[in-house]
Amino acid sequence: MNFLILSLIKAAVVAFVLMTTLAYLQWIERKVIAHIQLRVGPRRVGPHGLLQPLADVIKLLTKEDMLPSHVNKPFYFLAPFIAVFFALIAISVIPFGTEITIGPVKTAMQLTDLNIGVLFILGLSGMGVYGVALAGWASNNKYALLGGLRSSAQMISYELPMAMAIAAPLLMLNTLSFRQLVDAQGGYFFGFIPRWTVFQGPFPQVVSFILFMIAAFAETNRVPFDLPEAENELVAGFHTEYSSMKFASFFMAEYANMVTVSCVATLLFLGGWQPPFPEQYGAKFVPSLIFALGALLCFYHGFNPARPFDKITLPVVGVVFLGVAAAFVAPVISTILMPLFWFAAKVGIILFLYIWVRATLPRFRYDQLMRFAWTFMFPVAVVNLFVTGLLVALS
Amino acid sequence: MDSILFIVFAGIAVLCGLNLVLQKHPISSALSLVGVMGSLAVLYLLLGGEFIAMAQLIVYAGAIMVLFVFVIMLLNAGTEPVSKRRLWVTYGGVPLMAAGIGIGAYVLQRSFPSTESVKLGAFQGGGAYEIGKKLFETYVLPFEITSVLILVAIIGAIVLASKEVN
Repeated sequence: MNFLILSLIKAAVVAFVLMTTLAYLQWIERKVIAHIQLRVGPRRVGPHGLLQPLADVIKLLTKEDMLPSHVNKPFYFLAPFIAVFFALIAISVIPFGTEITIGPVKTAMQLTDLNIGVLFILGLSGMGVYGVALAGWASNNKYALLGGLRSSAQMISYELPMAMAIAAPLLMLNTLSFRQLVDAQGGYFFGFIPRWTVFQGPFPQVVSFILFMIAAFAETNRVPFDLPEAENELVAGFHTEYSSMKFASFFMAEYANMVTVSCVATLLFLGGWQPPFPEQYGAKFVPSLIFALGALLCFYHGFNPARPFDKITLPVVGVVFLGVAAAFVAPVISTILMPLFWFAAKVGIILFLYIWVRATLPRFRYDQLMRFAWTFMFPVAVVNLFVTGLLVALS
Repeated sequence: MDSILFIVFAGIAVLCGLNLVLQKHPISSALSLVGVMGSLAVLYLLLGGEFIAMAQLIVYAGAIMVLFVFVIMLLNAGTEPVSKRRLWVTYGGVPLMAAGIGIGAYVLQRSFPSTESVKLGAFQGGGAYEIGKKLFETYVLPFEITSVLILVAIIGAIVLASKEVN
């Protein structure tokens, strides 16, 4: 098929899935935090609040777009575009699975495989700072400016340990292309330990992984490093003066950055779509088993209904789950779905970690944040890089 | 396709460069410079220098320009006042500049007459692997000397920034 048409279709699919993920990630976050704090979370719009993201989108689109009189207009409008543009474009180099063949078409589950993919992501994350910094400055508001300055200082500081944490597994895998990175992590030691970089010799990259995750939390301005929007000090930080869709752009950029960083962590450290244990121990049946268990649970509660309409809805959901479980063992479809499942599962676990931390940890103080970056993270990252380089050179 | 991209991004680079000089506010100028750096990165990419393109984006457009913008914001620099120009500067400036560029282009063309034009995308070997191999084998001495130079600059900056200790 024509390269252009194929690329357009893939871009449309990836954009649709990414947007849906971003919308529902927020619903999941609210639900998880609610349950951690012994609340129920959103449940008014749709069953269990499942249509809440849709309602939020409509709300954000139709809200009055306030334009404060004192802002620097060109940059005020430019900032959310910059933030959301550099956050969303990063997904274009992330691979989601192996090469697949649908009829006559053979394509990789990825928009484009750059041979400098890792550097591309680093470059984009560096450019994303402009969105936040400009928003803070153009708002002409002291809280917004402080938020913007804090954010840019924080992102510049944490980019350093992040880049060094990324460099260590790259030394072992010898490539900058995400697809080749994952291919280099295939296979198992002793038949059952996966060759992911967190387990791989000569130096398992556990330290790099932890450093990368900490830096990623800071890069995406998430708790415990959400100083740029510390609401008890700065109202809402750099997006204080933004409303309606422009506010939503920053919101979307933050969640898109979270997804990208989780994908990068999965690809660099957790072996991408490589299953955690080999096929002969039944890795193929894990997704089917999970979905079948979900279906059984639905059927059980459907036949012992807590509410009258559960009698109808839950068995329907159960049948859908059974269908998904069957799809994972179906001959052709399963080869497409299996890599996607493992990739999504790992990314999902990291995203859950983000939410879990948000519900658990308090915020750092600003001087603690900076001291932590420069006097702890940076030296540890340097030593880690040296040790990895030495061991790679010796082996 | 390559030449279209080249024209577009070369155009953006020139426009941003002009904007950099013409804008009165330092932030606008700094952001125009970011635009120039970004377009240059795309031009490097078109010429086949992938690693250089990304280094340009990360180091210049990302790190250095962020520091520029950061400092401008911290200093809270306002719009530059327009100084009163002399009459011959007002009317002769643009023609003189055009003449200067023309003479410069003529001299360059004469002193380095190129026999063939640049082919976009013809160069292979701008990836990280090739650059690294060249850097650590052929050009290892200049590379190391440059890092010493940067170290000296860092020490100088620390000496200038640190408080006097009695």
